[in-house]
Amino acid sequence: MKLKTLALSAALMALAGGASADGHGVKVGMITTLSGGGAGLGIDVRDGFMLAIAQSGRDDIEVIIEDDQRKPDVAVQLADKMIQAENVDVMTGIIWSNLAMAVVPSATAQGKFYLSPNAGPSALAGAGCHENYFNVAWQNDNLHEAAGAHATSAGYTNSFILAPNYPAGQDALTGYKRTYEGALAGEIFTQLGQTDYAAEIAQIRASDADSVFFFLPGGMGISFLKQYADSGIDLPVVGPAFSFDQGILQAVGDAALGVVNTSQWNKDIDNPTNAAFVETFQAEYDRLPSLYASQGFDTANLLISALETASPSDADAFRAALQAADFDSTRGDFAFGPNHHPIQDIYAREVIKEGDIYTNKIIGVALENHGDAYAGDCSF
Amino acid sequence: MTTLLIIEQVLNGLQFGIMLFLMAAGLTLIFGVMGLINLAHGSLYMVGAFAAAAVAGLTGSFVLALMAAMAAAAIAGVLVETVVIRRLYAADHLDQVLATFALILIFSEGTRWVFGSFPLFLNIPAYLSGPITLPGGIEYPLYRLFLIGIGLLVAAGLGLLITRTRIGIQIRAGENDREMIAALGVDISRLYTLVFALGAALAGLAGALVGAIQSVQVGMGEPVLILAFVVIVIGGIGSIKGALIGSILVGLTDTLGGIFLPQLFKLFMEPATAQTSGSALASMAIYILMAAVLIWRPTGLFGARA
Repeated sequence: MKLKTLALSAALMALAGGASADGHGVKVGMITTLSGGGAGLGIDVRDGFMLAIAQSGRDDIEVIIEDDQRKPDVAVQLADKMIQAENVDVMTGIIWSNLAMAVVPSATAQGKFYLSPNAGPSALAGAGCHENYFNVAWQNDNLHEAAGAHATSAGYTNSFILAPNYPAGQDALTGYKRTYEGALAGEIFTQLGQTDYAAEIAQIRASDADSVFFFLPGGMGISFLKQYADSGIDLPVVGPAFSFDQGILQAVGDAALGVVNTSQWNKDIDNPTNAAFVETFQAEYDRLPSLYASQGFDTANLLISALETASPSDADAFRAALQAADFDSTRGDFAFGPNHHPIQDIYAREVIKEGDIYTNKIIGVALENHGDAYAGDCSF
Repeated sequence: MTTLLIIEQVLNGLQFGIMLFLMAAGLTLIFGVMGLINLAHGSLYMVGAFAAAAVAGLTGSFVLALMAAMAAAAIAGVLVETVVIRRLYAADHLDQVLATFALILIFSEGTRWVFGSFPLFLNIPAYLSGPITLPGGIEYPLYRLFLIGIGLLVAAGLGLLITRTRIGIQIRAGENDREMIAALGVDISRLYTLVFALGAALAGLAGALVGAIQSVQVGMGEPVLILAFVVIVIGGIGSIKGALIGSILVGLTDTLGGIFLPQLFKLFMEPATAQTSGSALASMAIYILMAAVLIWRPTGLFGARA
């Protein structure tokens, strides 16, 4: 009996603890990937986000962080818990588009704000957009469109293109073809999670391509680049930044040197916010930030800037404050388009070696003030 | 589609199959001799790759890295066998699956704890990198030929071990009748530990060899594990010969299917649809192969037991 009472009072206290945070400040629910193969991305987003919160000096922002294990069902459970039991005001953190599709529509339908630090599926940018959903990173197609624009301006006329056979892979090839004006020497869909690319590389060798475009995020990209470098083919390679971020490059090594990739951020973008971000991130975590870290950092700063003028309890004012995007982005100029997705410059970067560290250097702007192709389909 | 391209793809399929064999050989021995379903076999593959990457990073020697991979995986295997698996021989398969699945999670998060969340670097040594020209003018990566060579050597060595040595006789006897060889005075628990360590070392070797051309990261073992299970089902459980033939069949089907099915579909479909549906069918091809083999021979190609 005594034990039961004790357990009951502990449960009540936990409930009370949950409720008392409502009275002041803001509660942020972050669901991101912190374990398993894709954990590097989620950890970077989290660390970038928390760095900005710490630097703001505000102690009235409570961040609840949970690990989705890269599983949509886990993410949905966590989201339900955060919305119903924890009563968060703002949600953020999801890395993968399939998880975002499972969580974001129901979160925004329940009146929560969602700030995406990474995933930008086309469905949420076009007809499925929502006034409470803001994407601080990019629409999924953007970096691929930039790669196509770069290929065109570099004078490539016969590209061999490949991506995994899943929605983001299909979007990647569509995005590339949207801005690339040359012909295609070949187009391959690989299997998701595939690690051996010998068959595809043989086809590239047998084709008369003058360039290769690939979208193979994470470990798939590491495998492809190492095998491609070892195959002796020396056609130029273009790709989005996802296979060339700071966390991956060290595992690819020399095989990545000289490859051109497209990104909305790089550590050498010349503005005071970015310089301070790169320096403090390195000091705090003892590693160079990746584009994911910059996205987490920008997301938190956007949130902080909106909180300066409005509280999430006044949804209309808070939404207007977010839309204004009145914060210093690590990317320099940053604005939201009509569908709450970024309008920004996207750069072409080249992989270089600085001392012992592989990193990227900006070599030009691939697309200036670029929005996305789906904004026209969106109406709130 | 030239002859050269086809020959190159056959080599690719062969190389993929031979690497699968290194995984499947250990798995089939463990399942055949001990009747144990070891889902954690993929984790031993990962342990091998991480050990190789760590040692290669420290010493710069690829040979040392390979030896470290086999040693680390064998040690991990012996630990797992004596601490966990030994208690499960009498249990039914569901308990074994649960316990070894738990081991996957422990190994994955443990590795992440020690090595961090970012993939590690492990590269082909300079003397094995780059392409060489084969007779007929095919440019083929030297390292992949090296993989085929090592795999065939291991297969030959295993064949000799199983058919020509005392340990091999005990292993074969253990497959047929566990109680009987225990009654005949063979130290069965020592034999089990030995077989487990051997299987683990082969998985570790495969992890290190493949890690050099792929990415060394947490969770790298599980996709290979699934294929290795397909291989031993096709080859017949417990049969090393079956594992070899099954691996090469799966390797060739997977590689050649990925190339030729989209081409085949283009004959009667629009190119874009042919590409998507051909790729989709190609990823099913090995499972269709497995189903076909099972219909034809329900115990697998070389399986003795029903």
